[in-house]
Amino acid sequence: MADGNRAMRGRVLIVDDDTALSEMLSIVLRNEGYDTYLCATGDKAVPAFREFKPDLLLLDLMLPGMDGIDVCRAIRAESGVPIVMLTAKSDTVDVVLGLESGADDYVVKPFKPKELVARIRARLRRMDEPGPESLTIGDLTIDVAGHSVKRAGETIQLTPLEFDLLVCLASKPWQVFTREVLLEQVWGYRHAADTRLVNVHVQRLRSKIEKDPEHPEIVVTVRGVGYKAGAD
Amino acid sequence: MQAAAGPEQPPATPEQEVAESRGTELELTAAAVDWPAYPQPLWRTHPKHWPDIWRRSIQARIVTGTLLMSTVVLILVGWVMMSQVTDGVLESRRTSAQAEALAQLTQLSTTINAADRNTINQQLSELVLGSNRPGLYDVLLVPTDSSKSNAIRYTGLVDSDSIPQPLASSVMSDDSKLYDTYTEINYRDAPSVPGLVIGSQLRINSTNERYAVYFLFPLTAQQETLDVVQRALVTAGLLLIVLLGAVAWLVTRQVVTPVRMARRIAERLAAGKLEERMQVRGTDDLARLAVSFNKMASNLQRQIRRLEELSRLQRRFVSDVSHELRTPLTTVRMAADLLHESRDQFDPISRRSVELLQNELNRFEELLADLLEISRFDAGAAALDLEDVDLRDIVNRVLENHETLLHRKGCAVELDMPQPCRVQVDSRRIERILRNLIGNAIEHSEGLPIRISTAYDADAAAVAVRDHGIGFRAEEAEMVFSRFWRADPARARTTGGTGLGLSIALEDARLHGGRLDAWGSPGDGAYFRLTLPRRPDVTLTGSPLPARPPDASRVVTEKSLVDVGAPYQKLTGGEER
Repeated sequence: MADGNRAMRGRVLIVDDDTALSEMLSIVLRNEGYDTYLCATGDKAVPAFREFKPDLLLLDLMLPGMDGIDVCRAIRAESGVPIVMLTAKSDTVDVVLGLESGADDYVVKPFKPKELVARIRARLRRMDEPGPESLTIGDLTIDVAGHSVKRAGETIQLTPLEFDLLVCLASKPWQVFTREVLLEQVWGYRHAADTRLVNVHVQRLRSKIEKDPEHPEIVVTVRGVGYKAGAD
Repeated sequence: MQAAAGPEQPPATPEQEVAESRGTELELTAAAVDWPAYPQPLWRTHPKHWPDIWRRSIQARIVTGTLLMSTVVLILVGWVMMSQVTDGVLESRRTSAQAEALAQLTQLSTTINAADRNTINQQLSELVLGSNRPGLYDVLLVPTDSSKSNAIRYTGLVDSDSIPQPLASSVMSDDSKLYDTYTEINYRDAPSVPGLVIGSQLRINSTNERYAVYFLFPLTAQQETLDVVQRALVTAGLLLIVLLGAVAWLVTRQVVTPVRMARRIAERLAAGKLEERMQVRGTDDLARLAVSFNKMASNLQRQIRRLEELSRLQRRFVSDVSHELRTPLTTVRMAADLLHESRDQFDPISRRSVELLQNELNRFEELLADLLEISRFDAGAAALDLEDVDLRDIVNRVLENHETLLHRKGCAVELDMPQPCRVQVDSRRIERILRNLIGNAIEHSEGLPIRISTAYDADAAAVAVRDHGIGFRAEEAEMVFSRFWRADPARARTTGGTGLGLSIALEDARLHGGRLDAWGSPGDGAYFRLTLPRRPDVTLTGSPLPARPPDASRVVTEKSLVDVGAPYQKLTGGEER
């Protein structure tokens, strides 16, 4: 039982078929002040999500029943909740697949518990960043406080992370951000993390906001350096 | 932040990155060649390279050989035929000419000897003039007594120098028979023609004078006949050569076309299309060749598929094992971490146990990761994630991560990296290599500074790490890259280490088509040089940095330099080491 104060840290839903691991994770997270709920199969994951309404989801990829990727897509379709993948596979192929299905980050087993906790904190912290009221980039209107993006009056659905990425780039148009800087500002990771995260999320963002994702105009690559927002 | 110069390009989509990263699997890539349905002859595909055509085309060689040999044969046969015909034609003429001359001579002799002594000279002239047959032969009368040179009589304006000297001598010396020879008959008013000269002595009994009588038979008709024959022979010969050439070409085509087909199919087989087989028609030698070829191809295909399957199975096994091992390891790790956090609350024995547990778990984790990495290299399943980086950034990043260790070892770092060193590499792997090299260097620094240098040229970039620690012997320079080998097993390692670091580093370097070289000298430290091609399509032929450190002590002999990396050759996953 966590006491009232510490439970405010957040609610985490852990979906993993290894009971020992889930239990251990639960112990560690509760120690840090999070509320945890466990789910052991893919089929039960979505109902569990709806019932417990967590602030963050820890999702193992190899699940019995519904596969972790499908669970991720299903939950992503309903909500913008931060999703962190847990996986034993570190190949680019698998990581990219997971990130494309909607995860915000991935953690490779075995991981240092401190690292995982730090990442969870970073994901949950982003809610309190102040910023400019509204921004314009290209033909998009960004309402920062309201967390919405519109093109010609029509709202575009972005996950919170994608939104943060766009805001970070758009708040300083024409400034080039390296991947490391983006990891720090958007993901909140101070230590060197995997820059593939940035690549995949930029692709995801482009597929949602660009008129032609193959020839991006809003989020532009600067070869050998990073990305920048190109305003007309 | 400054914007980078150069054109902006969209990054590869994750699909492209995925596709690229699968490139080094054991699949053989077929060359992107347009395969025509029918093999084209060489001259159509390479019209400019005639020496190439000679070297590469059996057909060209056979046809040319046939042409040359038939030309020689035909020239020989033609020459023989020509000389036979010539002899025959001339011989028949000669026989008839001799008969003619003899008859005429007899008549002349009889007439002149029956004539009146006083009128002999006149008679002689008349006789001579009357005895020729224009067109058939001319007569030349030459007195044997050369003082009477004005008494030469002739018909048809023949020149007396038409008579060759040997004939003249023979005629003069012997009066019993006719002498003849072939010569060129010269005319005073007309061009000379080839001809036959028959000569004999004419004795005038009454005056006891002797004359040489020559009958000159022009052979123009014969010459014309022979010319016609020669022309006919030459024409026929040329026609024959051309036709023989065509026949040879047709015949060799029959043989060469199937051979070319076989070659094409063999090429496609070599390019990875293992299902290709030759068509078998009939039971002749070519058909048997096709059958054997197909058998060989089937065997190869089976073998390759089996090896591919084995490799796939191994990779699958490794992947499954990795997954299975990692999950319990994670749980253990978390538990150990928790305990480690609160170790101060334990009694000394428990506390120490937890510390050891933590350390060994770290080692275990590293070992597992390294083993999995090595097995990926072994299975040929390692893939490159290329990006454009500056090597200096990676060096700096690694040095940052090692700050604590540097401080603890009291080791200074000299950097010799004057210019940006841009390469297209997998930065994760290069960082791993440099982490290993720099980590090792700091470990063995013995308090002395370590030196990191970078350099580049048009094709290659290199990073070298030098330390002045205990070093190793020249013979050991090869062994340092062996798995689980340590220079000095008794040394306590501060950073742990699995013994696989340099092996993995070497594999990472080779995966890029680069090389990793080691130099060591006992007491003078070690020097590791990583050379990488700047772009993936480049083959290394040298390195921008020297193979041994410039500050190596002179005493060291050449033996301390051992080439460990492969010779400058781009290696791909499956080649033998």
